[in-house]
Amino acid sequence: MSMNRRSVIKVIATGGALIGASVLMPRIAMAAWTTKAFEAEDQATAMNELLGSAVEESAEVTLKAPDIAENGAVVPVTIRSSMAGVEAISVFVEHNPTPLVAEFIIPEGTDADVSTRLRMGKTSKVTAVVKANGKFYSASKEVKVTIGGCGG
Amino acid sequence: MTMSRREFARLLGIAGAAGVLPATGFAAKKQTGDLYEIPNSGNVRLLHMTDCHAQLMPVYFREPNVNLGIGNAYGQAPHLVGEKLLNHFGISPGSLEAHAFSYLNFNDAASRYGKVGGFSHLKTLVNRLRQSYGTENTLLLDGGDTWQGSGTAFKTRGMDMVEATNELGVDYMTGHWEFTYHQEEILNNIKAFNGEFLANNIYVTEDALFDGADEYIHDEDSGHVFKTYSIREIGGVRLAIIGQAFPRTKIANPARFIPDWTFDIYDSEMQELVDTLRSEEKVDAVIVISHNGMDVDLAMASRVSGIDVILGGHTHDGMPQPTTVKNQYGQTLVCNVGSNGKFLGVMDLDIRNGKVKGFNYRLMPVFSELLPADAGMAKLIEDIRAPHYQWLNEELALADEVMFRRGNFNGTFDQLICNALMEVNDAQISLSPGFRWGTTVLEGQKITMEHVLDQTCLTYPETYVRPMKGSELKLILEDVADNIFNPEPYLQSGGDMVRVGGFDYVCDPLQPIGKRISEMTLDNGERIDANKMYTVSGWATVGAQSDGPIIWDVVAEHLRDKQVAHIDKLNTPILKNVAGNPGIDGYSKIK
Repeated sequence: MSMNRRSVIKVIATGGALIGASVLMPRIAMAAWTTKAFEAEDQATAMNELLGSAVEESAEVTLKAPDIAENGAVVPVTIRSSMAGVEAISVFVEHNPTPLVAEFIIPEGTDADVSTRLRMGKTSKVTAVVKANGKFYSASKEVKVTIGGCGG
Repeated sequence: MTMSRREFARLLGIAGAAGVLPATGFAAKKQTGDLYEIPNSGNVRLLHMTDCHAQLMPVYFREPNVNLGIGNAYGQAPHLVGEKLLNHFGISPGSLEAHAFSYLNFNDAASRYGKVGGFSHLKTLVNRLRQSYGTENTLLLDGGDTWQGSGTAFKTRGMDMVEATNELGVDYMTGHWEFTYHQEEILNNIKAFNGEFLANNIYVTEDALFDGADEYIHDEDSGHVFKTYSIREIGGVRLAIIGQAFPRTKIANPARFIPDWTFDIYDSEMQELVDTLRSEEKVDAVIVISHNGMDVDLAMASRVSGIDVILGGHTHDGMPQPTTVKNQYGQTLVCNVGSNGKFLGVMDLDIRNGKVKGFNYRLMPVFSELLPADAGMAKLIEDIRAPHYQWLNEELALADEVMFRRGNFNGTFDQLICNALMEVNDAQISLSPGFRWGTTVLEGQKITMEHVLDQTCLTYPETYVRPMKGSELKLILEDVADNIFNPEPYLQSGGDMVRVGGFDYVCDPLQPIGKRISEMTLDNGERIDANKMYTVSGWATVGAQSDGPIIWDVVAEHLRDKQVAHIDKLNTPILKNVAGNPGIDGYSKIK
């Protein structure tokens, strides 16, 4: 690898900012109908507001998250999918005060592979939903948040 | 395997017979050769130590009488105690071996057989086992928890143990409590270590990479902070050794000392590594030196294929034989070799054409009186300790019963600590972590400052006193209970239950989190109210540094004042749903 890891990350970060901008713009346009989803206080409502359609579990959605969070304030998660025609990826933390954490719009021709960090106050199921060809597919995992200490 | 087992039992039987002589006669010098001379087999010998917790000197160490197995772990190694453990492994009751592996008749047997461990005695045993097999075909692996647990390790920030393991000739190690020093200190210690420090499951955080961590980490592309594996040509084969550090270090211990690093269990990465080592590096066998803890190792062995042997630690389980775990492509042997320098695992492997064809395993108790001290190591230890003798050797109080820690719930020494916290820090309730380290003091022995340090010495020793609601107290107990009794091993952290002073409770390990703890009741009989405030004292806080006095000073003050260490009441819980569990013995409070 000719580029060292630090420069790769810097490149990604710069690219990330650009992608971020492109994600933000449609968000402003869509604000009217996503606000309700992001403000919903239970997962069923949040999902219904954002997706408005049934979600089926799929092995083609990969959700990487730790079994136990090292720090509940920044829990790293990665969502990938090998499915064709992925349009969006959203993340829900069931026991958070507002369960919908993020929605990523995936432009056509882009790898469906996103990473982010979640803030979690307590142990909860984390669900990733992939929208592909107008349908919704999900993967879930329970992430334990502990007060720590007392280890042997 | 049956042969070697019988052979070992016979040899130990000889020493056992010698043991019936009066204590003064148990130098038993004539027997030393017999006890530790074992037949050679195979082409590679792995010597395995773990979790010595910086115990350079011989100690007493009592095995637990409560080590409950929940779910699939019920009745399985390592969750066996007392006679259940002896029966499972075919060990004769009353033998020297029975004393080494179980808590039974501890005080009498320990008085008779003497102390265990000590690096100068361990050195003699290691030398003997290397020379008799051919030093070039032998490796010594250390599972970690080596740099913490004594006053001298604390004063030298673990460096005394780096010197001692160099003198011992450790080839490979991984870690856990090693990470309770500061990042730079850890890196410095590793630089001074003559062997290789391996960990495939520690990555640098991306934030740290931005701040220049790429200057020191092992692999900038993968993000591995340390070398992940090593390949060794030995006994005519290629051997891969992978390091697996304690995956919950930043949860169980202060994250603030190691802000740039992140730990976890990465099964798919481990599988990829094992596959690559076999297909591209063409290794004949794969060994993992692990600090996962035995339950996690057993689970990992079932989920990852292609590892031949996991040399495990963390949970301090002295298992006389490995557990064989079947997995997709074959099987994995999982060992665990106790703590505090008490045991040395000896794994002779017959490796041919990319396969482990057979093995012979013995877990050797290191009886200090049966192994003469190695002069070079004894001199090094003397040099390390001499500047601190006055501190270490102070006699604080007389123990009027065996003082120990190890077990799922309060040991007697924990109760001393809890009582000291309540009295010296003037609190209604006290909490003390369920660590598994800490040595044992026999009845009638003087408790010294060194004994107190054995139980308390870590790098975040400040105590606290603070008001806490009853509901908060319950939350803490529930959280810790889930760390030990959750049936999913990857959700356990490997410690024991938090020790408590000033109140009792009822615990049902079979319930889920939130439902295990009930009927919390103060020593005066008053039920703890979820909405009432209580004054609670504790120590070893992982979040932020506390501002109270140092725990060993608190305990020492209490003991000096008492002169006789006596336990009026042990705050162990009443247990539900554990009657008949082979992981509990000699425990009266079962509902």
